[in-house]
Amino acid sequence: MSAFEPTVTGSTAAHTSSPVSTATGDEGRRGSVDGSPLLQVRGLSVRFTRRGRAPVVAVDSVSFQVPAGRSVGLVGESGSGKSVTSLAIMGLLPRRGVEVGGSVTFDGDELLGMGEDRRRSLRGAEMAMVFQDPMSSLNPVVPIGVQVTEVLRRHRDMSRAGARDEAVDLLTRVGIPEGQRRLKDYPHQLSGGMRQRALIAIALACNPRLLVADEPTTALDVTIQAQILDLLRGLVAETGTALVLITHDLGVVAGMCDEVHVMYGGRLVESADRLDLFARPQHPYTTGLLASVPRLDTPRGIPLRPIPGSPTLTRAWTTGCAFEPRCTRSQANCLGDAPPMETVAGHGVRCLHPVTDDQRAAAVGQELP
Amino acid sequence: MTVLDPAPATPDTLLSVRDVAVHFPITKGLIRDRVVGQVKAVDGVSLDVRRGSTYGLVGESGCGKSTLGRAILRLLRPTRGQVWFDGTDIATLGGEELRRSRSRMQMIFQDPMSSLDPRQSVAAALSEPLRAHGVDPGAGGLSGRVKELLHQVGLPASAASRFPHEFSGGQRQRIGIARAVALRPELVVADEPVSALDVSVQAQVVNLLEELQDSLGLTYVVIAHDLAVVRHMSDVVGVMYLGGMVEEADSDTLYADPMHPYTLALMSAIPVPDPVVEATRERILLTGDLPSPADPPIGCRFSTRCPYVQPERCTTERPTLREVAPGHQVACHYTEEIKAGTITRVV
Repeated sequence: MSAFEPTVTGSTAAHTSSPVSTATGDEGRRGSVDGSPLLQVRGLSVRFTRRGRAPVVAVDSVSFQVPAGRSVGLVGESGSGKSVTSLAIMGLLPRRGVEVGGSVTFDGDELLGMGEDRRRSLRGAEMAMVFQDPMSSLNPVVPIGVQVTEVLRRHRDMSRAGARDEAVDLLTRVGIPEGQRRLKDYPHQLSGGMRQRALIAIALACNPRLLVADEPTTALDVTIQAQILDLLRGLVAETGTALVLITHDLGVVAGMCDEVHVMYGGRLVESADRLDLFARPQHPYTTGLLASVPRLDTPRGIPLRPIPGSPTLTRAWTTGCAFEPRCTRSQANCLGDAPPMETVAGHGVRCLHPVTDDQRAAAVGQELP
Repeated sequence: MTVLDPAPATPDTLLSVRDVAVHFPITKGLIRDRVVGQVKAVDGVSLDVRRGSTYGLVGESGCGKSTLGRAILRLLRPTRGQVWFDGTDIATLGGEELRRSRSRMQMIFQDPMSSLDPRQSVAAALSEPLRAHGVDPGAGGLSGRVKELLHQVGLPASAASRFPHEFSGGQRQRIGIARAVALRPELVVADEPVSALDVSVQAQVVNLLEELQDSLGLTYVVIAHDLAVVRHMSDVVGVMYLGGMVEEADSDTLYADPMHPYTLALMSAIPVPDPVVEATRERILLTGDLPSPADPPIGCRFSTRCPYVQPERCTTERPTLREVAPGHQVACHYTEEIKAGTITRVV
């Protein structure tokens, strides 16, 4: 039954490289029709328009793909556009005052411009989302049981009794003991970790093929975070669900995701395989982030090298590189046209002066040039 | 009541906390409140902070670290115990004496947006403590002192006439820090000083706090849930769990050689931004949640979640901090056995 119940485990970080072929019984549904990725985002842009004011470009030409059974991380700070990207994928942005451009396909079907009825039947069933703050995304006046069974009854046409049994199963699966009793509980009666588990249970109710998790552990304590990440990791490995994990924490990504995309000012600035990104970070923003967080596994006393300025200090991409005002490597040609994304051997960098291997080797323990 | 150690005689120690407890009553009843229980937020904690050093308090939400921080500053009156600040027990101080001692200890809060008055300009916010304590601002007058403070925290002098909402999170935290050091305090308690900030900005604030410590000779108590930040800043680290201290050691020792099962689990839960390390290191996943501090487990408070829990003693006798190596204290009955490997994980 609950094979990924949180327990003491040695190194669960071993990532399965066989995403599709897990025994879930419905493998046909898991993979895509023609081997193309399950979710494909091409040139996604989101503009918020306000009457009488210049529009705000929150997301700009973002492209990435998520194959079935893989997990992809979107990393960025506040204002980088990572959450807006996830809302655009899920179709949860308001219609008024928002212009969404580009293309988002799910299993070959274009999601942007899809009728709301079809969208709604996909959302919750085929693609599900977990939000950061479970207290504000659960309905405080409705018992957990009703909120879990609601999805089952809506999308899987289950009877009341059948849905209740399934809900108890789901709660057990995500590590909530005594599910039968918990069904009657209101969100405020659960702890933060339990609320997040309940939210994950709702997202998993229909065995979705894509799970978008927006900062799922940010509001939680580290030991609870470890439990939830272990749960998500197990899910991806067992059910072949594709995962988009949105976070500001490079550490979380390092242990979770197959591919990593770093966002800044609404665009992807670096995209690579997880191992490659951490071994050979090339964008000054990525190297800056890595140098500015204290780590538990390195000797103490290494001074932190912060990125100067703050994320609010961002240039519009139309006038050059958005990171230029904070960049220690900026040169004259960083202004003007936005730097293009250059991809070499699967490692994409949007920078005219990326950090080279030699510079990285020379800069160990000292200031980057 | 237990016999307390006398206040430490060494002039080297600025702050000495002795068996401090903070209990909050749980009340019921419409007209006359009946006390039906106690939330034991902090239950018997002792620690010493050397002058000019940084003491780090870590633990998860609900462990009592913030409550302890507030008790140290006498923002809360401890239910029991003593807080010796430079030879005076401020736990029992009151009135004018307490008010005067407040200028010597200050606090930095987590969220500067909610700790700064949105309708007060930066200059007003920084000069208010000087006025309230009647401190002579020096040759440049109040505005000169404000400028000097802004300069110390790396803000331009033009910031003085602006309001909190005009600043970014990191800048607001700098204002909070400027206000805390305005009275030239000796002790600063920083409660989660960087956790509300963006990752790239956290390091700026950490570095600023370290610079100020050097230039102003400050003593810090840093409270945070982020072990990596605490380790970076602190000389001595205390780990709290459910109102009690479970381990205390100097920073390097604690991280190189953690001994309490809770510390082990906490450290293994911190993600490291390196996939190679992440894939190979051992993880200890704790089961369940923090028990309620209103009804803590009998015996060792960690016994309900401890992967090494032993029958009998762990559930009946509360372990006290004992020194296992010079300067390294652990509150666990079986820490030597766990270290030697004669007790293995049960779960």
